[in-house]
Amino acid sequence: MKRIGIDVGGTNTDAVLIDGDTILSSIKVPTTQDVMSGVKAALGHVSGQIGPSDRPIDAVMIGTTHFTNAVVERARLERVAAIRIALPSGSSLPPMCDWPDDLRAAVDPLIFMVHGGHEYDGSPLVPMIPDEIREAAMKIRDAGITSIAISAVFSPLTTECEVRAAEIVRSIIPSARITLSHTLGRIGLLERENVALLNAALQSLGKTTVQAFSDALREASISAPFFLTQNDGTVALADVAASNPVHSFASGPTNSMRGATFLTGLSDAMVIDVGGTTSDIGCLVGGFPREANNIVHVGGVRTLFRMPDLLPIALGGGTIIDPHTGKIGPRSVGYRILSEACVFGGDTLTTSDVAVAAGLIDMGDRDLVKDLDPAFVAASLARIRDMVADSFDQMKTSSDDVPLIAVGGGAFLIPERIGGASEVLRVENAGVANALGAAMAQVSGEVDQVFSGVSRDEALSTAEAEAQNAAIASGASRESLKTLEVEDIPIAYLPGGARRVRVRVIGDIAFN
Amino acid sequence: MLQEFPEENIEPLATGAWILGTGGGGNPYISTLNLRRLYAEGRRVQIIDPMDLADDDMVAVVSLMGAPLVGQERLSDPAQLARAVEMMEDYLGKPFRAIMSVEIGGSNALSSFLAGAMLDRPVVNADAMGRAYPEAQMTSFAIGNLPMFPLSLVDIRDNEVIVTRAASWKWMERISRKVCTEVGSTAATCKAPRTGREVKDWGIHYTVTKATELGRAVIDARARHDDPVQAVLDHEGGKQLFRGKVIDVVRETTGGFLRGKTVIEGIDTDKGSQLELAFQNEWAVAFRDGAPVAMTPDLLCLLDTVSGGAIGTESVRYGQRVTVVALPAPELLTSPAGIAAVGPRAFGYNIDFKSVF
Repeated sequence: MKRIGIDVGGTNTDAVLIDGDTILSSIKVPTTQDVMSGVKAALGHVSGQIGPSDRPIDAVMIGTTHFTNAVVERARLERVAAIRIALPSGSSLPPMCDWPDDLRAAVDPLIFMVHGGHEYDGSPLVPMIPDEIREAAMKIRDAGITSIAISAVFSPLTTECEVRAAEIVRSIIPSARITLSHTLGRIGLLERENVALLNAALQSLGKTTVQAFSDALREASISAPFFLTQNDGTVALADVAASNPVHSFASGPTNSMRGATFLTGLSDAMVIDVGGTTSDIGCLVGGFPREANNIVHVGGVRTLFRMPDLLPIALGGGTIIDPHTGKIGPRSVGYRILSEACVFGGDTLTTSDVAVAAGLIDMGDRDLVKDLDPAFVAASLARIRDMVADSFDQMKTSSDDVPLIAVGGGAFLIPERIGGASEVLRVENAGVANALGAAMAQVSGEVDQVFSGVSRDEALSTAEAEAQNAAIASGASRESLKTLEVEDIPIAYLPGGARRVRVRVIGDIAFN
Repeated sequence: MLQEFPEENIEPLATGAWILGTGGGGNPYISTLNLRRLYAEGRRVQIIDPMDLADDDMVAVVSLMGAPLVGQERLSDPAQLARAVEMMEDYLGKPFRAIMSVEIGGSNALSSFLAGAMLDRPVVNADAMGRAYPEAQMTSFAIGNLPMFPLSLVDIRDNEVIVTRAASWKWMERISRKVCTEVGSTAATCKAPRTGREVKDWGIHYTVTKATELGRAVIDARARHDDPVQAVLDHEGGKQLFRGKVIDVVRETTGGFLRGKTVIEGIDTDKGSQLELAFQNEWAVAFRDGAPVAMTPDLLCLLDTVSGGAIGTESVRYGQRVTVVALPAPELLTSPAGIAAVGPRAFGYNIDFKSVF
């Protein structure tokens, strides 16, 4: 199968063309201010390798930082409305009460709290009052808002209130784009609601971004279906993904990790993706990034949803070294490395300068660092090794030695031996690992739910069946599905043997 | 004399309380948000020294009861805590002079502040545990054999219950737990009222100050890039028991409690050893290579080695880099009556209490 993978990063846009497991073409171009001209350039390069008589492209997978950037920059967000179905509970902490002020101002929300929601055992907290929803919907309509996030107490267990409220809102605002919190988040009302609201604020951007990608593909005469890469290392059909931009927040590091699997054939390993300013260490389990099961802050907002478990460290190719103390980072020259690093004629000592002096890599003018004290160089490299080893150990999931795969433009900084690592692999094409990761992605389905009053086996099998259905809805073929993760946690104080079950399944894309 | 609790002390109080929660008591995040909002509305909390209470002053003892998980969905509301206190006043027919929390560990450390800010009543610089424990009979007031009734309980849906009598602290725990479960496993309660004399004789004193200063020590150490774990040890006169990485977490729910263990593999000077931390909502006993080395009522705290922040029994997970420390328990808890109420045998461990201090 012929696929194109594209990863739009903050610095570079990478693209690859693969046929099965063979890389036919790859390119790295700078990410442009308007993003799309870089994408078009990359796309033009790889698709130009296909002759008129060749088999056409089967699929295009795109990973992008568009959505994360919008949240971080507080730009290109749209006005949203929040409807929380939880009264009489929760009124002291309304939606967005823990958002940074500037982000809240950028989203300028209209907030409603209405009666309803459920208990952990599925019984109603209090009955929902449809007229309250209608009244809110009319005010939202009158304000001209069309993107709405709806949350309800314990909606991951009982979706009824959110679903019913959406129907009512739609009857009043037919063009409404509605995000239901249970479709994105987990137990934890504030965090789940936050994810839904971020998602709502990104609806327009999701649509215009997908449209722009679609136009770029048409210009390149590619008519294959296209997908956006997701936080969990899978892809979703672009039109589906456009309505859930939050699922693309961490696609960059995720794609790098998936690419590392592709490049090494290892499905259980640690991966370090070394950029210019920071590195991310993650863990591959069965070829996919291990998921974070804890709070992840996005642009200063607490969230709890499907995100990879990543440990960022302040170490990259542009990280500044203090020439007096030898302290490494945390500041970096970032993209200015080509003018400010010593080897490029600048006067800021960076990790790259030390690497060049030690002969780890050839870049810039080596003569410019020939006066560096070899003892200083050795001590700096030892410090870098300690930083990597420390974070590596922290993210390891077993006491056994495991392989470490180094990818990204700064991979040369990673030493050949690290305590606790069975081997350190620096791979060919490591620079475009993320585009490769995008190209080879599969489709997943996840369920995270609390069960009570049923046996553990029954809870696990119900959850698995629901996860499979979710995967098929996102475009997976049923025959290829396999279960990737099963986790269950009994819940304190709750009667009826209540347990929270999380199941994730994965499968190949179904092509019709 | 009253002293205003300044807004900038909220974060340190929450940080310190979470450490003193010894793994339980619930993360104070939601309560912290609530208190910040009350302060933003202009409300303030005054702190009263327990020794400044008159013998016949009445003191309300408040707590949010229930499953931490439910609290993440049915967000607690300060109005409920205030209502529990008012209900008790109506029942008793006399007003409370001040309010205190039943436990300084975890989110309940802030419960007295929420009620106090709502009702404009001072918060007593004391609690009844000096840490967190799962059950009502595990309080200094129970150890002092003080009356355990009445108790008021408020559900957000306008359900209100007063338990007028109970035969023992354990009965009070059973009855109130049952009601709490019935209303969805979360409720605001006002426990048996205390007199000023009782608080002076049996309260664990100055724990609000202790939690706040502990939290501040940790936050300051982080800001200075010093070792926050060392800051905890220095501040509390604690002992480091073990440093390593979490390699296993086993959880099971029995009898309404989260029980289980966390296994930590040693690094640095603890390399080659394993520490098993057994928990029942809170960390209860630490076994080093199979032998018990520290146990309740000494405070066993699992801290993030880098941030010094507490890690709860519900949120501990594989791969975390942690340091286990023991902090001295309040004197009352290590007395014979204290050991009987909250020693290892009270949690089903057939071992004699031996302090690490």
